[in-house]
Amino acid sequence: MLFFSYFKDLVGREVTVELKNDLAIRGILHSVDQYLNIKLENTRVVDQDKYPHMITISIFDWESVDTSFKILQFGLSVRNCFIRGSVVRYVQLPPEGVDIELLHDATRREARGG
Amino acid sequence: MSWAGPEDIYLSTSLASYLDKKLLVLLRDGRKLLGILRSFDQFANAVLESACERVIVGDLYCDIPLGLYIIRGENVVLIGELDLEREELPPSMTRVSEAEIRRAQKAEREATDLKGTMRKRMEFLDLD
Repeated sequence: MLFFSYFKDLVGREVTVELKNDLAIRGILHSVDQYLNIKLENTRVVDQDKYPHMITISIFDWESVDTSFKILQFGLSVRNCFIRGSVVRYVQLPPEGVDIELLHDATRREARGG
Repeated sequence: MSWAGPEDIYLSTSLASYLDKKLLVLLRDGRKLLGILRSFDQFANAVLESACERVIVGDLYCDIPLGLYIIRGENVVLIGELDLEREELPPSMTRVSEAEIRRAQKAEREATDLKGTMRKRMEFLDLD
């Protein structure tokens, strides 16, 4: 359960999940479960050209009181998603999300059998 | 059999928060199914109502209606919630009929096959 606990600590951080089909998705980690299924929020595909079904280009007209201008937003039609744990190849973590000391201790504890 | 209480549902990584929503299910063979999630289990087996397959070839796409689908969990790569307020696809993409998309699909497959055989024949040149 070490990696489950570890991923639970990373909830709320931005991670990149690379799948076995080479699709890489970046997003805020929303939750994980014991199978390491992952839920991401505010997702975007790292290489958008190859996956047209994952992206959309929407144009918002944003009018403020004294000025009016257009924002071109390149977003995703899938804003949050569930990724099955079995299809994940890598999870790229923010460097500040890795506490080596803590991980060492947890690993030793796990190796001793809890 | 025990059921997860309502308080567990939104905290866990369950698909419960996606129930009755329109989803995009990406399968291991690259197929993209759209439909409304009606049921699921811990393996990510899923029941999709009014499912359709979205076939994309280049700038063309087509939604082929399939009906009620039960997807075996092992084939699922990703389940995404569709934001219905946004356009789903870039405006440059055009919707075509099923016959047309099948033709485009066939042409694309033949092109990749041809590329493959050409590559094989040229292998002695050591291109890479």
